[in-house]
Amino acid sequence: MDKKSRYTYDVIIIGAGVIGSAIAREMARYNLKIAVLEKELDVCTETSGRNSGVLHAGFNNEPGSLMAKYCVAGCLGFDKVAKELDIPFARTGKVVVGFDEEDKDKLIRLKEQGDRNGVPGLEIIDKERIKELAPHVGGELAMYSPATGILNPFIYTIALAENAHHNGVDFFFDNEVVAIKCLEYYEIKTTQGSYDTKWVINCAGLNADKIARMLGINDYTIYPCRGEYFVLDKKAGQYLKIPAYPVPNLKLGGLGIHLTPTIDGNILIGPSTEYIEERDNYSSTQEIMDLLIKDGGRILPYLKKEFFIRNFSGIRPKLADKNVGGYADFVIEEREEVPFAINLIGIESPGLTSAIPIAKRVIEMVAQKQELKEKQDYDPYRKGILCFNDQTLEKKKELIQQDPNYGEIICRCETITKAEILEAIRNPLGVDTVIGVKNRTRAMMGRCQAGYCETRISEILMQEKSKKEDEIIYARMRGNMFVGKVRD
Amino acid sequence: MTIKKDVIIIGGGPAGLAAAARLKELGVTDILILEREKLPGGILRQCIHDGFGLTRFKEALSGPEYAARFLDQVGKMDIDYLTDTTVLEIDSNKHVIAVTKEGLLEYQAKAIIMTTGCRERTRGAISIPGTRPAGIYTAGVAQTYVNLKNIMVGKKVVILGSGDIGLIMARRMTLEGAQVLAVLEILPYASGLPRNIEQCLNDYSIPLFLSHTVTNIRGKERLEGITVSRVDERLKPIPGTENDYDCDTLILSVGLIPENELSLMAGVNLDSRTRGPIVDENYQTNIDGIFVAGNALHVHDLVDFVSIEAENLAQAVLAYIQEGSFPQCSIRVETDDQVGYTVPQKVSGQKDITLSMRVRSPLKNCAIQVLQNDQVIKTKKMKKAIPAEMIQMRIKKEELISSEYIKVVVRHD
Repeated sequence: MDKKSRYTYDVIIIGAGVIGSAIAREMARYNLKIAVLEKELDVCTETSGRNSGVLHAGFNNEPGSLMAKYCVAGCLGFDKVAKELDIPFARTGKVVVGFDEEDKDKLIRLKEQGDRNGVPGLEIIDKERIKELAPHVGGELAMYSPATGILNPFIYTIALAENAHHNGVDFFFDNEVVAIKCLEYYEIKTTQGSYDTKWVINCAGLNADKIARMLGINDYTIYPCRGEYFVLDKKAGQYLKIPAYPVPNLKLGGLGIHLTPTIDGNILIGPSTEYIEERDNYSSTQEIMDLLIKDGGRILPYLKKEFFIRNFSGIRPKLADKNVGGYADFVIEEREEVPFAINLIGIESPGLTSAIPIAKRVIEMVAQKQELKEKQDYDPYRKGILCFNDQTLEKKKELIQQDPNYGEIICRCETITKAEILEAIRNPLGVDTVIGVKNRTRAMMGRCQAGYCETRISEILMQEKSKKEDEIIYARMRGNMFVGKVRD
Repeated sequence: MTIKKDVIIIGGGPAGLAAAARLKELGVTDILILEREKLPGGILRQCIHDGFGLTRFKEALSGPEYAARFLDQVGKMDIDYLTDTTVLEIDSNKHVIAVTKEGLLEYQAKAIIMTTGCRERTRGAISIPGTRPAGIYTAGVAQTYVNLKNIMVGKKVVILGSGDIGLIMARRMTLEGAQVLAVLEILPYASGLPRNIEQCLNDYSIPLFLSHTVTNIRGKERLEGITVSRVDERLKPIPGTENDYDCDTLILSVGLIPENELSLMAGVNLDSRTRGPIVDENYQTNIDGIFVAGNALHVHDLVDFVSIEAENLAQAVLAYIQEGSFPQCSIRVETDDQVGYTVPQKVSGQKDITLSMRVRSPLKNCAIQVLQNDQVIKTKKMKKAIPAEMIQMRIKKEELISSEYIKVVVRHD
């Protein structure tokens, strides 16, 4: 029998994080039948969506490492990607601030490392320059990196996935991989069904070692390492326009508790660095909250309690265990004994920045074994949801004329209209969770934390998707918002 | 096209409606109320329990009935209002931009009355540790779902905070068949009104645990349970007092914050104690012609006082429309640390005033004294004073003895 006819997909990507979505998007250029399997109900629900949203310049990584190489390339190439995908992004620059002589030595070494990695424009600056760049940030001296930027990690991943989907990639959510049979091809069993493929690309992040074991590779171990954050009100945004980091203690496996403005104008404080047992325990803890306030206050002395609007945490899929510490390099490999299976292991920070170069590397590996032909009709462009609040008065008038739903404000804090909510609910990937709407529009992210809009959004979701009260899901399967009607 | 109006009222809840009706009675006819909801009435629409109107109307009304009293007046008096209309911007020149399904509306007002109410404090604002599953609601949101949307939010409930809406929701959820396991209050005394403790908790045997708070939240998808701890005098959880509850719903009633995001756009200064604007005896903010009343000014415990405050404000707005300005209000009203705040925060000395205030902790057998030049000019003796109940003191202009600042203090017998 012709081997080709035995499998439905040429490539199955496991995991719809930023890496899986970037690979899907880049691979969709070629004449391949591709699917992405995701255990959750949306893209970027784990590590990819739970981070500082920084486009790193690449000075923190060991010269010669894949991390350094891909991070620098990802950072420099990002303007083009952002333009194609219509996503908000700003090259803000960043300061790494030091307080004493010891810090000064470390900053000089950090700059040298960055220079060797090919990071452009790094300079050591004095207190006066810090005050110019970031007037409210403390510190005696700093390294300034003009190439560093900020982006919205949800929107970036969603955009990659939507563009991949637009170019023919299938996305299957709520499909947790439970077993993989290695035949002449791969038969992947999930909680929902079975999928046959020639290639398996394992981008399962925190669970990448588990997937590898299903492929018969037993020597990878992922060590989950949690980082907690505070989200500050946009009112605090005026005090910080560029990311401000402390001098990193790279041994700890994180970059230190820093402050990052988000592309939307909030500030994030975090993340902490704490090795944990469970891979999906996204709790916040009192001890770490206290620590974030203490350490964050050192860099940005102007922190008020009323600015705090939310906490969240993310988990790094680390290859280096607690006793080793630091960063192990990205692993991107195809084992001889398990051909046509590419494993991406330990893709932690700077994975978000490195996603496109990593995807290109995976494509190179595939191209070594089979000829890839570019599709004529590949379209690299994707259009985001138009943000009503960012438009001029004239444009706003025009939009309401075209669609009266732009005249109905659903989220008061962020000024999100019904038209935007509907566009998010009708997203091309078919995601229908409440948090899916939140991540696509920013509704519910403001200072009232959904007090005004959540009731409206859940009602629109019910109408649009013809769902009953007890079918509305907040974020994850079984995470039902309601138990039913009060009265039938 | 910019439309000119004498008075724009932002928010058609109890304060906005009362202000509009009184203004019209006083002869101001060019009024417009802008309301973002589908119907006017504000938060009263979802307050289907009774107990409203005892002060203002001497009868016990439900929230919608209370609102109807004012809506009827507004209707009979032919006062203009727009619903489904959200104000996007106001500025210090009293230029207003609002949005509706028909398009953008631009107004130029002589005076703006901010009756935008308040919003609820959230989990994030009080930083409760734990996971972030479905099943955690603020009391007002739960009330919207149950009373306005016919949606049941959960079956096994714990309520954090003894604010009035939390107490009301404890009873409401019980009546709809949910099991309310407990109400927890971090302070050593209840935040809500005594009558609500009696009628919503005691009548249904729902326990209230004072000096307790939530120290952990469990559940990855839907809420599975919480950990409750006792707190010490500094409100810090005491290790070893943890108690786990299995529940699918946590309702938060942990405080209300006056809603002033639009006022801030116009440059209005807020009082860090009330979190509402600093106003003078005319309810005017630091921005000429921008007035505020109701929960947007300071959070009230009874809607009756909201209406009365808004009606008093209407008098001042009439004077402003007619005369264009007020006498200088340079007499500050200060408080000691037992009185949480007063409204207004400054007066002219040329007008009788009513000072609204709250004590910061429950007091017994005390006197609230108003001082000027260290002399007592007014005393109010109280057997009992609690933070849940607003205290008002009326001071006639003749009672003021100078143009020095006024200080409000608590004295113990």
